[in-house]
Order: sequence, then C-alpha cells, then structure tokens
Amino acid sequence: MAILSSLKLTTTSGFLQLNTKKPRYPVHHLPSPSQTALNFPIKKLLDELNPRDTLTLTRASNISISQTFTKLKSQGKVAFIPYITAGDPDLSTTIQALKVLDSCGSDVIELGIPYSDPSLDGPVIRASASRSLAGGTKFNNIISMLEDVVSQLSCPITLFSYYNPIIKHGIENFMSTISQAGVRGLVVPDVPFENTQRLRNEATKNNVELVLLTTPTTTTCRMKDIVRASEGFVYLVSAVGVTGARPRVNEQVPSLLREIKEATNKAVAVGFGLSKPEHVKQVAEWGADGAIVGSAIVKVLGEARSPLQGLRDLDTFAKSFKAALL
Amino acid sequence: MVLQSKSQDLITCRTLVHFYVAVLQKFLHSIHSFLSLSNSMAASTSSTTACKTHPNLITAPLSKPYSSRLPFKFRKFNSRATAPSSISCTLARDSAAAGLRMDSQSANGSLAGLPRPDSFGRYGKYGGKYVPETLMHALTELETAFHALAHDEDFQTELNGILKDYVGRETPLYFAERLTEHYKRPNGEGPHIYLKREDLNHTGAHKINNAVAQALLAKKLGKKRIIAETGAGQHGVATATVCARFGLQCIIYMGAQDMERQALNVFRMRLLGAEVRGVHAGTATLKDATSEAIRDWVTNVETTHYILGSVAGPHPYPMMVRDFHKVIGRETRKQALEKWGGKPDVLVACVGGGSNAMGLFHEFVEDKDVRLIGVEAAGFGLDSGKHAATLTKGDVGVLHGAMSYLLQDEDGQIIEPHSISAGLDYPGVGPEHSFLKDLGRAEYYSITDDEALEAFKRLSRLEGIIPALETSHALAYLEKLCPTLPDGTKVVLNCSGRGDKDVHTAIKHLKV
Repeated sequence: MAILSSLKLTTTSGFLQLNTKKPRYPVHHLPSPSQTALNFPIKKLLDELNPRDTLTLTRASNISISQTFTKLKSQGKVAFIPYITAGDPDLSTTIQALKVLDSCGSDVIELGIPYSDPSLDGPVIRASASRSLAGGTKFNNIISMLEDVVSQLSCPITLFSYYNPIIKHGIENFMSTISQAGVRGLVVPDVPFENTQRLRNEATKNNVELVLLTTPTTTTCRMKDIVRASEGFVYLVSAVGVTGARPRVNEQVPSLLREIKEATNKAVAVGFGLSKPEHVKQVAEWGADGAIVGSAIVKVLGEARSPLQGLRDLDTFAKSFKAALL
Repeated sequence: MVLQSKSQDLITCRTLVHFYVAVLQKFLHSIHSFLSLSNSMAASTSSTTACKTHPNLITAPLSKPYSSRLPFKFRKFNSRATAPSSISCTLARDSAAAGLRMDSQSANGSLAGLPRPDSFGRYGKYGGKYVPETLMHALTELETAFHALAHDEDFQTELNGILKDYVGRETPLYFAERLTEHYKRPNGEGPHIYLKREDLNHTGAHKINNAVAQALLAKKLGKKRIIAETGAGQHGVATATVCARFGLQCIIYMGAQDMERQALNVFRMRLLGAEVRGVHAGTATLKDATSEAIRDWVTNVETTHYILGSVAGPHPYPMMVRDFHKVIGRETRKQALEKWGGKPDVLVACVGGGSNAMGLFHEFVEDKDVRLIGVEAAGFGLDSGKHAATLTKGDVGVLHGAMSYLLQDEDGQIIEPHSISAGLDYPGVGPEHSFLKDLGRAEYYSITDDEALEAFKRLSRLEGIIPALETSHALAYLEKLCPTLPDGTKVVLNCSGRGDKDVHTAIKHLKV
C-alpha cells in the first residue's frame, strides 16, 4: 500500500511538474486552455483505474520487445498492442494516452511518427498524421515527450516511422536518439527487407529491435528470409491493403500464421484491420502471439469531441480489447 | 553468351522497317552493346533476396490470394533476363529480333562502371524499391514480365505498330529557323536549334509513349484495372486514352489543386471514360496524387496495374518508363544523322519527374561528347521557398519508392513545391537524374515561372508553336545557354508537349 501511494505521489507530482514547468512541446492545439483543467480530471481518471500490480512494475525501457513476448508466452497470454499517432490531437494528450494505454494492460505500445506521405496508411491514420503535423509536431518534441514519459510506463514502446525521416536525421543519430528516449522497438514499413541490414546494425548497437513485416502477398521463400531477420516479433499484415478497420479479419490469417510458425519460433503479432474485441479474440484463437489495433484506437482518440473525452473513450475501448484476450 | 553469338548473324529477312532498324542499331551500337553487355552481365545477379528460385506460384502448396495470372510459366528466373528456356512465350529466332533483344540487353548501359540500373534497380546509390512489403511481389512480377516482353517479338511488333499508327511516331526533328535566328549573335554566329516534336504525338505530349506500352504490358499481365497519377493531366489523358483504346477500366488520381488549373484535361479524361478522383490530402498536387495511387495499388495489387507516369517510383518503373520513352532519343540520333550527318551537341529538356528528359538523354548518355541539360522549375525563385528545383535545392531521401533528391524539411517531411506548370510541380525527381547529376554527366538548371511564361510567348510568336508550360522551362533556358555556345552547335530541345492545355493559366498572366 505504501508502494501504491508512493506511486500515486509520483504520478501526481508528474502532473504538478506539468503545471509549473513551461511545456516543451506545443500545447496550443488543446481546445481547453487551462492545463490544470485537463490534468485534474485525468488524474482522477487514472486514480479510478484499477492499479497495476506494483511489484511487477518495471521501467518500460528496461524490458525488450522480445522479452515481453517471451514472458507473455510463458504465462499463456497474447499481447495487446495498441497504436497511436504521436501528437494527435497534441503531444500532451499523447502523454496521457500512453499512460492510459499502459494502465489498461497494453503489453507493447506502438507510437507512430507522423509523416506527410504515408504510403501504407488509410484515411484514419492519414488524417491523424495530418492533424499532428498541422499542430506543429516535430521529431524533437516527440523525443522530449518520450524522455519524460517512458519512465512512467511499464510496457515497452515501439516506434513506427517511414524511412525518409530516418534518413533525414541520419540512421545512426536516429537510432541512438530513440534509444536514449527509452524506445525499444522500431517498425519501418517502406524499407524492403534487402535494405534493412544497416538499419538493423544500428538498431542492435542501440538495443532497439527492428521489427519486419510480412504480408499475404509475400512469397513463402521471402517470408522465411524476413522472419529469420525480424527482431522483437514478426509483424503479420493481415490484409492486402493499407491500415484501416475492416469488418472481418482476413480468412487467410490462420494459414499465414501456420506458415510463419513453421519457419520460426519468434512471436508473431497480427495487425491491420483489427477493430473489434472479437477480431482480437479471433486472431488469438488462431495462434497469434499478439494483436495490433491501430486505426480503431486512433479514431477514438483523435476524432473525439475533446481530448479528455478521447482519453476516457480510449480507456474504455482499450480495456474491451484487453478483456477479449484474457 | 548465347545471344552474343546470335547477334553475329545480321542477315534479316523481315520487313524493310525491321531491316533498317536492325542495321542502324548494329552500326551504332556494336561497340556500345559489347561494352555495356559485358558490364551489365558482370553486374547482374539473380533475384534480389537470398531466395535464388522464383517460386512457382501456380503450384504453391498453400493457396495465396495472389495467384499469378501471368500467361507465362515462370520457373527459375533471373531478374536480368537471358532468354531462359523455361519461358513459354514466343522466342524470336531471326536476327531482327536478335537485334531487338541485343538492344534491350545493352539498352540499360552503364556509366563510370555503374550499371543503369543494377539488378536491385539502383543507379549508384539512387533508385531501389522503398515500398511496403505488400507491393514487393507485384514489382518483381512486373519486372519479370517487362524483361520477357522485351524479348517477345509479337509484343514489340504490336507496340511499334501502335506507336506508328495510333500515336503518330516518328515525331519530326524540326529545325527552328526563327528561334535560331533569335539567338544569332551580332556577328551572325550562334547555335542551331532543333525541336524534337513530342508535342505532335497523339494527346499532345510524350506521355503516351509510356502509357501505350504499359497498357499493353498490363493486358499481358491479365490486369483489367488501371490506375495512374497525374499532375498536369497529360499523363492522365494519355492513360485514359490507352484505356479507351484497349478497353481497360481506368482510375486517375489528381490533386484537387491541379484539377482546377488543368480543368480542360480533367474533362478530357472523363470524356475518354476514366474516373478522375480528386486528392485533397496534403498539398493536393502531384505528390499527393502519387501517394494516393500507391495506396490504391497496395490495396488492389492483385487486380490492378499502376501506370506510373514518370521515371520516378520504385524499380522497375524508372527503368521501364525510360525504356518506353527511349524511342525519342533513338529517333533523334537517326534524324540528326540524316539532317546534318552527325550527333546533337547539346540536348535540353525540362525535368519534373524526368521522363521526357530521360527519353531523350538515354540514347546519348554514353556519348561523352553530347552535353545533357535538364531544366527544373524555380517557381517564384530559388530563394523564395516556392519552387520545384529538386536537383538544385533538394537533398537525398526516399519518396514514392525511390532514393533520390527531394524537397523536404528538417524533419524529413516532404514539402509543397510550386511551379506555374503542374507537370513540373513535383518535389522529387527520377533516381537516374540524381545519378547523372552526381556523376556530372548531366547538368541541371532552373527557370522561374516568369521566365517560362516569356518563353511560352516567344516560341508561339517565333515559330507558331504553342508549347506546354513545362516545355517552356526548357525553352527559357536557351536564353542563358545560347550566348555561350560556339557557332553551329547543334542543340536539340525536347518539345515535350503542346500548350493548348495551358491557355487559361497563361491568360491570367500574359497580356497578348
């Protein structure tokens, strides 16, 4: 109990710090002008949530993505992996959203770096990226935000970034920067497997695991190369297409999962299109080690009437997915 | 090696046209083909992954949704085709076709010992296939089909027939007498300006060369749905045109801003039966239309062929589109020989994505005595921040599947370019241009909106030819180039399109 109250104190002081310090990231996008007005209800919200077992709390940056999966596997559990875009509706809300998702029991959180020309994203995540960029989100701000918040999370963060921003920052610089911010995984959807060696080398030097994607159109031979090289987990893109909710999960997923599991012992997480708790339950039954939910969550958070409402809805929504995996 | 020995037999008994082409090719390419063939064969490797065999998709043990509908049964196939025996397409036997085959083999060529491109689709460090994994298989299939069809005599015959009878090739190399006069110095010296009249093609621009070939390719691949992006609308019109000609479903993505400034072309596309989808995302111009087309392709890759309109995008597109436009340069060489018994000294072309420029340049890249000049859009000026001068002001990154120069901010976000001409309003450029620039083989300059408008008027007045605003950028550069050229220098400028589509933009800016 003492530990629990000290946890609350830490959380509280985190909010107080936010109130007194000048924010390091743009907050002008917030509809409600007062920081306090936002933070007090959030504090209450987080207080209302079921507190996590504090004894098993670890700093999010201390546990790797693959270790997370290993642990879950030993417990017979399937990972819940939500995706949100950094800076949608603004970075302050992203901080709170990360905490909400963490406290809901997310096992890994995927955080998207908004990009001007996302070739693999459907309308929801594209709009989310546009909102974030229009609000002035910059890479350095996202890093500052992560440096603040990662220590308060128990689940590891994986970044999702298109390749061009990585090249612009310089691969070595990018990897060391994200690593210092506590990021443990990275997904880069538009680098072909053949060109991932340099990314992987730099990622490994910095304790970041480079997750690779395989899709329904990937040939078996190529899939084997991909899964052999993938770190953290194997990202199985469930559908031929861009991100976005779909009414049903692609029926090929079971056979794709089987094929992959014949080729590797690594964890396999399924993403794209999963928008309902039933979907997530289904892929777990089919043998997936993790379920990634993106657009559905982004929509709930980013298209809400207010950031506060978005966070409340996010909490409920994320919990429904977690419940389906229990 | 088999091909090399076959190429020794040059007696052809096909039509007179084939004979002429084969003889000319042999004469002009004998040295080139030997050198570049040995280079390209040395540089080529088998398919890009560790998987050496291209899997037989038709008998895959687990059913993939993406079952190949290729008419060809591909078993083991290297990405650099060497007439594998297992291909069931028609293999040409006679030497005219051998001439064509030799040409396609050697056509890639090399520069400074680097192939253009290598088997990964790279030109030096540029190019490549930076696309989502979902598209990788389609790109491999496309490349395989492209190489196979380069050897397919029926395909080549059909394509050449359409280029002649439907597109109206070959286009004239026209001596611009009054323009030449305009650039004569007081002592009567000055260069001789020739215009390669790609504006006389059906649909009014060079774009149709590529559209026709890719539509035929799509048909061979069994794809019934075609998508394309368009900036000025010329590529959109060309695509809609060929889809009408071949009975294919056609969807064109166009930036909402471009739809406004090229309304005539939007109407034409719809009249031709295409669906034009406005793209409002991002800057609502060509780059966003391209991103949207890529997203459509990711979603519909099994049924759809993406007719990319320029030498940009992921491999094999830069190579394919260049190859489909190389007829421009090839004709120019022949016509130059006919007209003045030599080669051009300087080639000038406007550069947006770079297709008309590559089409003209490719033939001459290995002729070191031919100067290659590309002209980009400087918009409101290079220091205004409102331009599209990618090669001058950009830096290296990945856009739309290729590593190339591009215009981006400090975070790697692609920025909105500006040019009065929609076709040059692209923040990227084809990777081969980036390669040529770095090697110093080609020079790139830029021209402002105002300078382009002046040139638009000038050519209209001096030659009675209304050029496209894109082409006007190349024409405007002549003002700076011609005073520096020795007497009698032969300049060939690619008149890439006609300007009918630009009159209502011009009306806003010009007093006539």
